[in-house]
Amino acid sequence: MATEFHNLQELRHSASLVTKVFIQRDYSEGTVCRFQTKFPSELDNRIERTLLEETVKTLNSYYAEAEKIGGQSYLEGCLACATAYIIFLCMETRYEKVLRKISGYIQEQNEKIYAPRGLLITDPIERGMRVLEISLFEDRGSGGSSPSSSMSSGSSAR
Amino acid sequence: MSAVMITRKVRKWEKLPGKNTFCCDGRVMMARQKGVFYLTLFLIIGTCSLFFAFECPYLAVHLSPAIPVFAALLFLFVMAMLLRTSFSDPGVLPRALPEEATFIEMEIEAANGNVPAGQRPPPRIRNVQINNQIVKLKYCYTCKIFRPPRASHCSICDNCVDRFDHHCPWVGNCVGKRNYRYFYLFTLSLSLLTIYIFTFDIVHVVMREYPVSHLSSPKEQTGFTVLEVLVCFFTLWSVVGLTGFHTYLISLNQTTNEDIKGSWSGKNRVQNPYSHKNIIKNCCEVLCGPTYPSLSSVALTASVSFQHAVLCLQKTTAPLIPNEHTPDDAKPSIAASAEKSPSPKEELPPASKLPPLASPETDAETSIAKDKTH
Repeated sequence: MATEFHNLQELRHSASLVTKVFIQRDYSEGTVCRFQTKFPSELDNRIERTLLEETVKTLNSYYAEAEKIGGQSYLEGCLACATAYIIFLCMETRYEKVLRKISGYIQEQNEKIYAPRGLLITDPIERGMRVLEISLFEDRGSGGSSPSSSMSSGSSAR
Repeated sequence: MSAVMITRKVRKWEKLPGKNTFCCDGRVMMARQKGVFYLTLFLIIGTCSLFFAFECPYLAVHLSPAIPVFAALLFLFVMAMLLRTSFSDPGVLPRALPEEATFIEMEIEAANGNVPAGQRPPPRIRNVQINNQIVKLKYCYTCKIFRPPRASHCSICDNCVDRFDHHCPWVGNCVGKRNYRYFYLFTLSLSLLTIYIFTFDIVHVVMREYPVSHLSSPKEQTGFTVLEVLVCFFTLWSVVGLTGFHTYLISLNQTTNEDIKGSWSGKNRVQNPYSHKNIIKNCCEVLCGPTYPSLSSVALTASVSFQHAVLCLQKTTAPLIPNEHTPDDAKPSIAASAEKSPSPKEELPPASKLPPLASPETDAETSIAKDKTH
């Protein structure tokens, strides 16, 4: 027990939040929710490019599905209008269903891919759908690169 | 040693800056000045009550009982649309959290380079290409964000609103992305209701003047009818005109804000990049588009989301990662307790399930771990 606690004592210093990287919205296709697939330089040695790109592309496809204007959205809109939108008090909209899927997907990605690499993705809905926030954690105990260097190393050129 | 998790309910909408008022546990979101909204309510309810009280009995008997029934349905629809417009979150963009604001500031400084002393720094603008048009995104100093395309800052509500149309004092709220269709349906149905009441008031007056049947009642005072006709007459011009104007805007996929500023009709002839160049498609997008979620209701406080994220990380990497908010003396005890107790992740509620008018469940629980020594 004492040994464990001793290790935990060490471990409590082991990981701390270093910095946050923000992936901005991509407005090239209008006001539809899309995130840029450009790879931030701060994550160069933390995660493979393909993994992050895959995550962002999947998220973009989910948002595109939510905001798709087609048969189903017309049906939903007309039905809701006919009931003076009272139906929304009992029914979940398509967008909300997709948001739940997104939240589950992000959680799964965090558990499988990002947390083992000391990263965490925050659901964009919690940041007003403006940015995809990736928090960087660093192992202070071993490794020892200074935590504050990433902030001042300059942001990637646009 | 055991830790006691004390949960304190933090209402999300309580933490929102801006000059909005909230009611019903955050489900109702309005601007501060509500006087004109009460006037709107009074005019609509008052005129309709007079119509139902004085004209409808006569018309139901002498013409058709369908007349008051249809009027009642129309009235209920108008009220539903009005309340929906007034109480909804118009599409308020939550302000940037400190880390995000700092990140953006750093990007701006990197982009602008060194500004010589004494010179004003260049305006903070980001150029974006949408559908082969260059659109300038402006930086909002209040919200510390680059406004998305079509968003604008409402000075009355002190918020950036997505697809900002205008601030309407008659509904006591901004009109933006989330409630524009309700606003349009309100003006449309109110036009129909006004025309309906106006028409049947005239019919009523005419029928009283020239009674058709010998059984009809003698000429009664039509004073209230005259009052209704006056109200309807003046309302007609403004509301029908407004409906027509918004129909024009919808067919071009423009907002009132863009129309007033002349964004797409200026001398540089920049075309509207959001229009589908097809009236039907534009109408369908605005009126039958997806129902966007309220961003203000889901904006968790930074500490809560960070706690949640830390617990995610806790499951996969180190057994304990105390966050920057736990006091130093609590850290060893948290370490011990985290080992024993199951993950307290369940105590943080998932995102809300109720569809919102403004915001659904607006509570977030911030856990403050306290240490009890035995």
